[in-house]
Amino acid sequence: MSRRLRFNIFRYNPQDPHSTPHTDVFVLEETDSMTLFIALTQIREEKDPSLQFDFCCRAGICGSCAMVINGRPGLACKTLTRDLPDEITLMPLPVFKLIGDLSVDTGTWFRATNEKIGSWIHTRKTLDPDAREERMDNALAEEIYELERCVECGCCVAACGTANMREDFLGAVTVNRIARFMLDPRDERADKDYFEVIGTDEGIFGCMGLLGCEDVCPKELPLQDQLGIIRRKMGWRAVKNLFGLK
Amino acid sequence: MDIEVTDILCIGAGLAGERVAVEAAAAGHQAICLSIVPPRRSHSSAAQGGMQASLGNSVMGEGDNPDVHFEDTVKGSDWGCDQEVARLFAETAPKAVREMAFWGIPWNRVVPGKSTYFKGGEKYEKVEAKEKEGLITARSFGGTAKWRTCYTSDGTGHTLLYTMDNKVVELGVKVHDRMEAVSLIHDGRTCMGVIARCLSTGRLKAYLAKATLIATGGYGRIYRETTNAVINEGGGAIIALDTGVVPIGNPEAIQFHPTGIVPTHILVTEGCRGDGGTLLDVNEHRFMNEYEPEKAELASRDVVSRWMTHHIRKGLGVKSDYGDHLWLDIRHLGEKHIKTKLREVDEICHNFLGIDPLTQLIPVRPAQHYTMAGVRTDKDGAAYGLTGLFCAGEAACWDLHGFNRLGGNSLAETVVAGRIVGKKIAEFVNGHDVQFDTGLIRANLKREQERMDRLAGCKDGQENVYEVRNAMQEELMERVGIFRDHDGLQKAVENLQGIYGRAQKVGLRSNGLGANPELSVALKINGMVRLALCVAYGALMRTESRGCHARLDYEARNDRDWLNRTLATWKEGDDLPTLNYEPASQVEELPPGSRGYGATQVISRDET
Repeated sequence: MSRRLRFNIFRYNPQDPHSTPHTDVFVLEETDSMTLFIALTQIREEKDPSLQFDFCCRAGICGSCAMVINGRPGLACKTLTRDLPDEITLMPLPVFKLIGDLSVDTGTWFRATNEKIGSWIHTRKTLDPDAREERMDNALAEEIYELERCVECGCCVAACGTANMREDFLGAVTVNRIARFMLDPRDERADKDYFEVIGTDEGIFGCMGLLGCEDVCPKELPLQDQLGIIRRKMGWRAVKNLFGLK
Repeated sequence: MDIEVTDILCIGAGLAGERVAVEAAAAGHQAICLSIVPPRRSHSSAAQGGMQASLGNSVMGEGDNPDVHFEDTVKGSDWGCDQEVARLFAETAPKAVREMAFWGIPWNRVVPGKSTYFKGGEKYEKVEAKEKEGLITARSFGGTAKWRTCYTSDGTGHTLLYTMDNKVVELGVKVHDRMEAVSLIHDGRTCMGVIARCLSTGRLKAYLAKATLIATGGYGRIYRETTNAVINEGGGAIIALDTGVVPIGNPEAIQFHPTGIVPTHILVTEGCRGDGGTLLDVNEHRFMNEYEPEKAELASRDVVSRWMTHHIRKGLGVKSDYGDHLWLDIRHLGEKHIKTKLREVDEICHNFLGIDPLTQLIPVRPAQHYTMAGVRTDKDGAAYGLTGLFCAGEAACWDLHGFNRLGGNSLAETVVAGRIVGKKIAEFVNGHDVQFDTGLIRANLKREQERMDRLAGCKDGQENVYEVRNAMQEELMERVGIFRDHDGLQKAVENLQGIYGRAQKVGLRSNGLGANPELSVALKINGMVRLALCVAYGALMRTESRGCHARLDYEARNDRDWLNRTLATWKEGDDLPTLNYEPASQVEELPPGSRGYGATQVISRDET
């Protein structure tokens, strides 16, 4: 027999002068292979068409639908209701600005962060598109791709103790992005260029080591490893500087 | 009035829109992209398998060049494409793939020496050359003579989009996300920009530009079963059609992808079959090699989707609560391959099906996937009907796909067309001044505000927008799908006309305040049903079978009467589109012939 699921959903529409933050309760019959995408769409189309949330690819690829699901940040589209208890509480991600109900503004946050860290290949070379491409070892390409799989969903930021306390913390997503460019020989930035951006309390030294980021990453990226690697590299850099080595 | 002025306005910040903006910005122009989602969430990110470019680095791509790519593309299109565009595309693709490498794509590379690969479940060996080590490699895709599809695992769209958006950030191109264009500002001759609705606040804003680009992707969401993201509702096509002067090219050309998973229709890449995966029936028996001895699972998508549907109709599908399906088998590819080259597929299988593709079969069935149809443009990307309006990517009918797109040619189109159209727009803007009529802008803003108020106040009726949308999706799914015939299409047109009447009586059940999602759909529902009518009516009138358009009552490809392109416009007040036709291609480098796969009935041009 199918379960009756009780959804407690955070509601607030800042554009509606009569709206105040509160929780609405919706009850649904669970169906086979039901995801939170299916459930929330059903609630919107059949029960309350004003309910705001963000889905796009609904396949765990685009990172749109991160929210706090029974206290834990995750992608709603790939969360199966059968993995949850009868009572499901949904809240918008913290840290990011609320747009309404379960919808938050991740776009502004990530654009600002990407501008801040210079999230692109820095090179003085110019391209000749008719010339053969530069070679790269396939193993290295696969290693870069591994870090490139981040979908900027914001789960790691929402789950981060430091990011919840200080607005300027860059978060695991940014450390991972820097690690991706450090691996890439096409990027001509030197270690010290990266450390200027990330070797501060806003970056790697703000981390309290709670590991929430890695626990919730829907792409299972090795976020803590990247933090460790960068911290170690930076330690070596400091020692070398001390002895005047290159 | 809230107004912003720019040189170039890109509606859409997926790969095509951003690539145009990058080209424009590099030429010194100011560009703004509008996007209904943050740019990195665009549906380009969901493209998995790769992009075609004839680099010929892999041993399996030896001897490849733009000529071969061109031929494959024209055959794939079933001679429905514009051959001049297909040629331009094939010549530019290698440059585009190298440019993306320069900007940061971690393309998979050639690994020298012996390795094994699978074709149709059989194991073969290949030896990659030492001197090609580290160059961009490629995998096999359907309808191609060579291994030509460059890839980063099965996250190619994702890496391309992130790298492109990095470029956008680097160049300081502004992206206004959560901003949806609801109408074009034009005077019947010149396009001056758009009226947009902010999806954070619900407020309207006018964007004025010397050149406006539509790059909003396809309109798969007019179908019930589609691999497309929920945002692919055809916003760009709708506002173009609304002008009454800009035509949709070949609206009836809708692609079904062979491997949507059942029941959610999420895509698993063609790379699965390209890398040697097979299709099995209820008896776990392989069948594509029997229908297509030469290409088997790697015939073009229209052909494979048809044979799969045919096989299911023969009673050889697997029964399930969600209708009959077939199996995709990639078990033999092995753990290492699946965990490195098919990572997203592996995740999708675990997350949405609860199965392990290493040991279990994947339930699949054809699902709507791509619109070859789109805003008709010339080879420079300039839209027919309005000066200053351009279009690129899936939103456009440029038209290199004709009646069937090859896998790997859509990602390639976004960056190739973006590059070419971006240059042309930059040139256009250089020598072009436009006068903005403030009266016209005010009238446009007022009209859109009134439209929103009427919907919120239920002034035209109380039809439920979701019920109207579901009825439209159902109609297309049932009667305008993979196999079509006169009676079904006639009925679809009649029913859709009824649904169109209901769409005009939609009223909101919620208050419509702020970023109200019900209002977002309600603003588009008329346009979506119009698009549906263009598809159904275009299909009804086209009395032949070509590429994805398969008529059971006209099984032959008819080059005598139908070697042409449908152009659908919509006159205000009508309840059907007006259809005109133009020759498929002015330039004919490759005369119509056999594709080498699929059914072969052809009525040649000389037949009387």
